[in-house]
Amino acid sequence: MQLARVIGNVVATVKNDSLEGRKLLVVQSLNADLKPQGAPLVALDAVGAGVGELVFWCRGKEASFPFRRDDTPTDCTIVGIVDSDAHVSNRRGRG
Amino acid sequence: MILARVLGNVVATQKNERYAGARVMLCQPVTPSGEEFGATLLALDSVDAGEGDTVLIVQEGWGASTAATGEQGAAIDSAIVGVVDRIDLLEDEA
Amino acid sequence: MIIARILGTVVSTQKDERLKGSKLLLVRPLNLDGSDGSGYVVAVDTVGAGFHERVLVVAGSSARLAEGQKDKPVDAAIVGVIDTVDFVND
Repeated sequence: MQLARVIGNVVATVKNDSLEGRKLLVVQSLNADLKPQGAPLVALDAVGAGVGELVFWCRGKEASFPFRRDDTPTDCTIVGIVDSDAHVSNRRGRG
Repeated sequence: MILARVLGNVVATQKNERYAGARVMLCQPVTPSGEEFGATLLALDSVDAGEGDTVLIVQEGWGASTAATGEQGAAIDSAIVGVVDRIDLLEDEA
Repeated sequence: MIIARILGTVVSTQKDERLKGSKLLLVRPLNLDGSDGSGYVVAVDTVGAGFHERVLVVAGSSARLAEGQKDKPVDAAIVGVIDTVDFVND
């Protein structure tokens, strides 16, 4: 799993039927200092996240588990919302 | 499995219900000699690891889910399954 | 599967119950020409591999299909000791 900031949403009218009604969000992964790490990704939302929130997402096959797992084509799903930036403890301190 | 150092943890009240009770740890991959490399990641704790510990992280869904929640099928891709006491390198690798 | 060589061992007392008794080895992936690849993996030894040997490592959920690894939280397993590797060098 990785920390990420929700930086946008994606509207797709034509999509796989199994993604009908699902919210697609753009997430930017973050490192321990909450600085961007890697390229932004599109994630399926399983927890009701919104733009601007700090979240974490799950990759791979397991990303489909919060949904109908056998027919939800996702490899990136938001599975938690971090209470606030201050709720990320980092022994190195914030750099 | 990979080696990583535990940097801290993350508090999330609103999360997938299968995560209930598990601690979400912020981890930094390290080399066998302890140097940090690569991207930080989150892993669920299954062995009561603490900040500063060097740990073993399994990055396969079934193993991670059963270790962290006791059941398979949770949306978990990484779990801490061991706290490293010692790494013994061959002499010519040290 | 990848070809790797053994770098050392990892000792862990506080670990998932299902890993009790497992030998954890630190291995480095190798290129086909025998030179070191990048990174490393901690893998469970299922064949009694020894130091300085080249081994076959299976990764992902397939690692749990290796001898004795059923229902264990393992994502990399050493499943063979390599005698020789022959390949056509085009």
